[in-house]
Amino acid sequence: MSDLAGLTEQARAAIGASDDLSSLDAVRVHWLGKKGVLTEELKALGKLPAAERPAAGQRINEVKAAVQAAIESRREALESAAVALALEAGRIDVTLPGRGEHRGTLHPITLARQRIERLFRNAGFAVETGPEIEDDFHNFAALNIPPDHPARAMHDTFYFPDGRVLRTHTSPVQVRTMLSQKPPLALIAPGRVYRWDNDLTHSPMFHQVEGLVVGEDVSFANMKAALHEFMQGFFERDLALRLRPSYFPFTEPSAEVDISCVFCEGQGCRVCKHTGWLEVAGCGMVHPNVFTACGIDAERWTGYAFGFGIERLAMLRYGVNDLRLFFDNDLRFLRQFTSA
Amino acid sequence: MKLPLSWLAEWVDVGAGARTIGSRLTLAGFELEGVSQAAPPFSGVVIAEILSAARHPEADKLQVCSVAFGAAAPVQIVCGAANARAGLRVALATIGAVLPGDLGIKRARLRGVESFGMLCSAKELGLAETSDGILELPGDAPIGRDLREWLALDDEIIELNVTPNRGDAMSVRGVAREVAAVFGDGQTIAGPSLAGVPAVRDERRAVHLDWPQGAPRFAGRVIRGVDNMRASPLWLRERLRRAGQRAISPVVDVTNYVLLELGQPMHAYDLAKLRGDMHARAAREGESLVLLDGSAITLAADHLVIADDDGAVGLAGIMGGERTAVGAATVDVFLESAWFSPHVIAGRGRRHGLHTDASQRFERGVDPAGQVEAIERATALLTLIAGGQPGPTQLIERSEFLPVRTPVRLRRARLSRLLGQTPADAAVEGHLRALGMTVARSADGWEATPPGYRFDISIEADLIEEVARLQGFDAIAEAPLRAAQRIAAPPSCEPDEARALELLAARGYHEAINYSFVDAALQSQLFPDAAAVALANPIASDLAVMRVSLWPGLLRALRENQRRQQERVRLIEHGSVFLVEGGATREVDMLAGVASGTRAPEQWGSTKSPVDFHDVKGDIEALLATTGDSTDIEYLAGASTCLHPGRSATIVRGGRRVGSLGELHPELVRALDLTYVPVLFELEFAALAAQTPRFREVSRFPHVRRDLAILVDESTPLSAIRERVTLAGSSLLRDLVVFDEYRGPGVESGLKSVALGLIFQDNSRTLTDDDTDRIVAAIIADLSGALHAKIRE
Repeated sequence: MSDLAGLTEQARAAIGASDDLSSLDAVRVHWLGKKGVLTEELKALGKLPAAERPAAGQRINEVKAAVQAAIESRREALESAAVALALEAGRIDVTLPGRGEHRGTLHPITLARQRIERLFRNAGFAVETGPEIEDDFHNFAALNIPPDHPARAMHDTFYFPDGRVLRTHTSPVQVRTMLSQKPPLALIAPGRVYRWDNDLTHSPMFHQVEGLVVGEDVSFANMKAALHEFMQGFFERDLALRLRPSYFPFTEPSAEVDISCVFCEGQGCRVCKHTGWLEVAGCGMVHPNVFTACGIDAERWTGYAFGFGIERLAMLRYGVNDLRLFFDNDLRFLRQFTSA
Repeated sequence: MKLPLSWLAEWVDVGAGARTIGSRLTLAGFELEGVSQAAPPFSGVVIAEILSAARHPEADKLQVCSVAFGAAAPVQIVCGAANARAGLRVALATIGAVLPGDLGIKRARLRGVESFGMLCSAKELGLAETSDGILELPGDAPIGRDLREWLALDDEIIELNVTPNRGDAMSVRGVAREVAAVFGDGQTIAGPSLAGVPAVRDERRAVHLDWPQGAPRFAGRVIRGVDNMRASPLWLRERLRRAGQRAISPVVDVTNYVLLELGQPMHAYDLAKLRGDMHARAAREGESLVLLDGSAITLAADHLVIADDDGAVGLAGIMGGERTAVGAATVDVFLESAWFSPHVIAGRGRRHGLHTDASQRFERGVDPAGQVEAIERATALLTLIAGGQPGPTQLIERSEFLPVRTPVRLRRARLSRLLGQTPADAAVEGHLRALGMTVARSADGWEATPPGYRFDISIEADLIEEVARLQGFDAIAEAPLRAAQRIAAPPSCEPDEARALELLAARGYHEAINYSFVDAALQSQLFPDAAAVALANPIASDLAVMRVSLWPGLLRALRENQRRQQERVRLIEHGSVFLVEGGATREVDMLAGVASGTRAPEQWGSTKSPVDFHDVKGDIEALLATTGDSTDIEYLAGASTCLHPGRSATIVRGGRRVGSLGELHPELVRALDLTYVPVLFELEFAALAAQTPRFREVSRFPHVRRDLAILVDESTPLSAIRERVTLAGSSLLRDLVVFDEYRGPGVESGLKSVALGLIFQDNSRTLTDDDTDRIVAAIIADLSGALHAKIRE
């Protein structure tokens, strides 16, 4: 019988020297395989006297087990080293940008309009629309603006050869709704409107929201409250609201709506021309002639109407300083509106 | 309207500055547009007299003047103005004076002669845009007085916006009435005397009211011997200047002055040029008239004119005629101060592009009682400043055609109901009376009769407005409307704009908003056969017709962005197009888009390839998928002529054409100078009407997939293959995917290879190979028969 201690030492050295799984396997075959060194030692037991066999056999088996264990532990070490290596090799740059389409945007006018619609819908208003090419009746006459009325000069109108017009406001939607539905009514009418005007602060097309509330006891005080709540909701802040008497043919009394400047909190700045106020809308109590033209009993029903420009509100909300940017469709502008 | 505070103070003095008056008026409906100063800041300018003026020894155009200004000895001033002459009273900037523009006046030497100050022109003092020579002061200007003080140049000018319903407030007197009412406390207005000026000659001009409904009242007066050559006095010129008017000649200046002061437009005719009697009559259709401004207009029968025997001499209430115009040589004049009905003035000026101070007032309504006092005021002023002998004031009227103010009812309950607030009775009466109304109590409120100059008060709501306006809108407390709760859910089938736009934005599109009017040339380049509605008065030649498609706007925006170095452009727009169908216009709500540049944004790990038809079709499929069931949607080859004929499709839903998509036609890509080939789509927004989802049973059994590669004629569309496969595939065919389409080497020319993945499944059992084989065999047989397909091994 060989020197088992020496063999064990040799085996351990060979296992320790294996630096990959295949050489470790070769070591296993060499020591524990069918013709391995220790297997051969067991086979040689028969040559020993019978009395020595059990003890010798036990010793060889012990050595075999020790070698087996050493191989296993080396295998585990080599395997985990291989995994670690693979992970290291598989490292990527997580700061590189992701794949796929970049997010597009909704136009700021649309964002502002959706916000306005949501606020009014929440308050129970319906959203109504109407045609952009209108006839004289719906755009003017029914709104108490007869032909040759000086107020027509307030509306620089686009005409078609047949006398129809591009609507100068979304108020015709009011008229259409009053003609087709019965009060009580609460609606807004957002949409494109057109005026013959093109300079720094006017574009020939812009967007308006017209509002109308008709009920049996709708008052000026109600109108004031609604406009104040809306403006505070739109701008998400407390602000002062001021109504100033004005003139619109379709309302009486009529008022301009000012809010305290959203840039300087009413302290006075360039945007509010140092007045502390921003003119943002027009409003008034529906003129009895308008009710009459729309077949509504002006004695029984009262109502208020208001109108404002979406561009104006969007400019204030988003800090846009040039009206014309809205219609340039410059991607460098549009891309800025990824949120609402 | 511009209004010097000093002029206003002559009518009503509330002891407040322009800002205070302006902000009170703003809250009463007359918006303050600005406050300016009558003159820019300057100091050290005094009234002086030129004692002598001699030619400068070294310069032809300069004079050496000796000037007295009250202090010590006269000073020597070198002056370049031709009108510097002995005896003239002038504005002298003394040593140490500071003129507008921070110009300091120092001792100077001009061509060797010393000058101790400067004689100023009106322009140098900021009193005129231009001036010819130095400012000439009247002979009674007090020598030595500070010019600023003497001319009251520390005057503030209030600029107010007067709304179109308030013609009565378009004058100093009118604003004064408002100021008095707004400041309250029983303030009343005063003003200069409007007493009659006695006639010194007995001469009249016959006036006939041939159209009394339009011109029921006409005051006239002959004044002979006027000196219209001289300039109006400085005080009058200053007033006009501060009110934004240019001084012209005494006669014109006086009529303008009276208009500004009293709100009564006036006209002066050169008496020597009038022929025979005066008539206020309807124009004859086609009659022509040359106006003061030299323009010739052709009249219609609804124009009111003033005429003499030789024809029209003025467009009544709008502008006088050239033939009888007053000039420097005019000596005898006929003054007109008439009342014309707003109905015959309104809109007439605008037809000829005329917008005058007179027409503005007449179309809004002038006080029907103010004609005589205006003519008296004008006579007094004119004879004062230009001499002349007036004839008697003539008043010709048909009073039955003058407006009559009737009492307007104001119910207490209605007032409270409309305002949501109840003002005290005394306050209501106080406000109405402050506005010049006669107020009487009635059982349920009041009867108020407005003054004749208020054309805007005829119904109860008008009175309610007046009460609310004078008490201040601030006094009305906010009261939220408590309405019954109503839940009005929109029908779910209505296309959801927010959802559609959001989906496209998530797929990389940016929403654009283009004008609804487009360039006719570009539009007909794209749609040569489409009729479009043209505007009668476009604002620009490239914005002249209504769009028939959203593409012209989107392509223009694409091109603009390309010009701004944007390589990859994806834009959408939602809006109306205006189609002409059988003579009528139909507005159709459309959703359209354009994609140009690479398929995907540039990225480190992706290859770059240009966007193509199927990329955009994928976007449309995703969009239409939001509508629920998309089985009724078909894509038919070919669409508009502006698209590539082989790379475009018409989108059909439920048998109706609802849109199209495709690559822009190569010729247009070139013509529009586009770098990349854009893919366009357009869809009727109504096609996005959605259906409520319906649940279908999910099978518990596994599905079986069989792949099949077939060779078919190159022109066979997938839709035809799908139709056959679906027909032959029985209800067990759950899905069909195309995982390859190939033509080229290996495939016979004229054919293409299409690889199909067929997915089968049953809800009640696991399909066996036999089941599947049988169905696939049936499909193959059908494809061979119907489409001459060959199975590719």
